[in-house]
Amino acid sequence: MVRTDVQLMLDVKAGDGTSFELLLQRYRTPLVNFLYRMVRNREQAEDLAQEVFLRVYRAREDYIPSAKFTTWLFRIATNLALNSVRDNRYQKLEVSIDAPVTVDAEDGDEKLLDVPEKHPNIEQHLVEDSRRKMIRHAIDKLPEKQRAAVLLHKYEELDYAEIAKILNCSESALKSLLFRAYEALRVELAPLVAHHVKQ
Amino acid sequence: MSCERMESRILGYVDGRLKENERVEVEKHLADCAPCRLRVQEFSAVSGLLDELPLIEPSSEFDARVHALVAAEPVPKASWWAWLHFSPRIALAASFLLVMALYLGYGTDKRVEPPPDDQAMMQDLPVLEDHDVLQNFEPLKTLPAPVQADDASDTEQQQQM
Repeated sequence: MVRTDVQLMLDVKAGDGTSFELLLQRYRTPLVNFLYRMVRNREQAEDLAQEVFLRVYRAREDYIPSAKFTTWLFRIATNLALNSVRDNRYQKLEVSIDAPVTVDAEDGDEKLLDVPEKHPNIEQHLVEDSRRKMIRHAIDKLPEKQRAAVLLHKYEELDYAEIAKILNCSESALKSLLFRAYEALRVELAPLVAHHVKQ
Repeated sequence: MSCERMESRILGYVDGRLKENERVEVEKHLADCAPCRLRVQEFSAVSGLLDELPLIEPSSEFDARVHALVAAEPVPKASWWAWLHFSPRIALAASFLLVMALYLGYGTDKRVEPPPDDQAMMQDLPVLEDHDVLQNFEPLKTLPAPVQADDASDTEQQQQM
């Protein structure tokens, strides 16, 4: 029988190291992806994900299953990501405007889980790559709290109550936040959206 | 339902997360509202576009780094309270001993009436205690000896008579 996250965490609390390993395997990919989409830097995303796991481990003795494990886990991750995004923003402000413009290295830095061989020709691959860049860019342009809400809702499939707890707001405020985020994405991705709607 | 109210439900409708009664209400509104119908289509398109972003795989060193971080954590020193907490058998045994001690100390204290002679003696106990106190009272011992000579001569005189 598959043990729930809460059961695993209670076992970690009781000193069972293998349960921590199972939680690591269960959440390493979702956490790294969530953080990568938040901070847009692979190395930084992995560092933050490691910090999340370390904090979970450190808090094991005080763990009380009062909420869903994912709520707790992604709350830690979101707080770390928001702090990191704010720190990065201040660092970028300090960079000289004379600094040379560089290509976004992150876009070419993805080890994709889906197989690239499925693209029959290079032209189609380039088109898809261009679409992905556009989508990533649209997500990056969202204010960080809206971005976190969209990522938790769309990719982690957490329910409204969980996301509201993670972002420390009411459910109605969250729905409003998500609506504004989707409105912004609709405008930013208008050419792609129009193509979809025509179909 | 108004178009404003749709704002809080449109995304739930697109994702199929609405309750049955909410879904019916939204569909009733959509049947009469072309702008909201278009918005639903557009939000569905946005949702579909977000699906196009691929997942990335954590690097091969990721797990090893987490293990190293965890291994570097100091082992917490458990207090003896924590030891009790993690040893329910010991806690149970201690509780049992405590209950037994209380039972033996107080539970078996059934009063037995002493025999009548003992009762009389116990009633006279204050008198006996007073006697003992007087007998051992130090100041009395330091008093001069009683005047027995006169009494003795009186006795002798009476005998001679």
